[in-house]
Amino acid sequence: MKRQTVLFCLSVAAGNLMNTANAADTEDWSSFQVKDRRSGYTYARVETRAIQDDDFDNPGYIWVENGAELWATQDGSKGKSCMDCHDDAAASMRSVGATYPVYLPQSKKLINIENRINQCRTAQMGASAWAWDTEPLLAMTAFIKNQSKGMAVSPQIDGPAAPFFEAGKAFYHQRRGQLDLACLHCHEMNHGRMLRAQRLSQGMSNGFPTYRLKWQTLGSLHRRFRGCNRQVRAIPYAAGADEYVNLELYLAWRARGLPVETPAVRN
Amino acid sequence: MAKPRVKISKKIKKAEPFEVKTLISHKMESGQRKNEETGENFPRKIINTFICKLDGEEVFRVKLYPAVSANPFLSFYVTAEKSGELEFIWIEDDGTETQYKKSFEVPA
Repeated sequence: MKRQTVLFCLSVAAGNLMNTANAADTEDWSSFQVKDRRSGYTYARVETRAIQDDDFDNPGYIWVENGAELWATQDGSKGKSCMDCHDDAAASMRSVGATYPVYLPQSKKLINIENRINQCRTAQMGASAWAWDTEPLLAMTAFIKNQSKGMAVSPQIDGPAAPFFEAGKAFYHQRRGQLDLACLHCHEMNHGRMLRAQRLSQGMSNGFPTYRLKWQTLGSLHRRFRGCNRQVRAIPYAAGADEYVNLELYLAWRARGLPVETPAVRN
Repeated sequence: MAKPRVKISKKIKKAEPFEVKTLISHKMESGQRKNEETGENFPRKIINTFICKLDGEEVFRVKLYPAVSANPFLSFYVTAEKSGELEFIWIEDDGTETQYKKSFEVPA
């Protein structure tokens, strides 16, 4: 019974939106598209894109600016700021946003930017780790990733990162939740179509942390994962979970060649 | 914490309207959102008034209501005869005022 309802919903959604998908396909998306890979930007409405296009209008820059302040702020028992070790972020953090997550030999696993920030804070600064989706962690992540804005996403998926990439890939293709859907069912097989009022994108991660109009705030990629998992009625993992970090690498590979857009604006 | 940003158009001409953009970081708590722990609504705390003054004289005023989204962005036009200073004031429900000043130049 449940399965029938789902199929019905999906077929309605599919029928609805054929024409809008086609209209968008005729546009030239220049750098927001590499072959058949399209940034979420290309699925956003023109009004939403306009907010992102202007750095002043884009509210995500509130966090980027706060992150720049935090970068220079001393914290923790060792009285150090990020800047004391890393100097100018424009130079030292360039390309970080385009290449993370990366394999870290010390912890023998994949880490993303948020993990890396907290590792620095606890090990180098003697400060406490910031909790996920709190203002300072969002601000710092957005600030660091913003230093790579416009650079092509180019993660390393071979070598020690390979098993984590495979795990992320498996996660992406794994059906889950009461609706029994995997990531690919929406983001590979039905992008461009409507899921109720939402236009499905290819689920590219190049703009995160993203200012989502629905959230009225900047949000992390893991917050988005949790929302997606909940929507297929699965129990989400905790933000920061290894499963999500692995998935992050697979998504970065899917978005390879697309520009880092942080902070992007989406509905 | 409210943190204002202001951008004044660079293409200013004497006695012709020019664009002023303002954006302030603010949660705009509507008063209608429920605190799941206590069962009570979070108390309303929004910016309810925005004022722009040109050299001390009020030129623009807005009343804002709970339906306005977080981080309110306002853009409007101002006309000036000569160079001057714009003063921006955001007033919250509890009376807190955030002020910001920015001067501009009108080419002769």
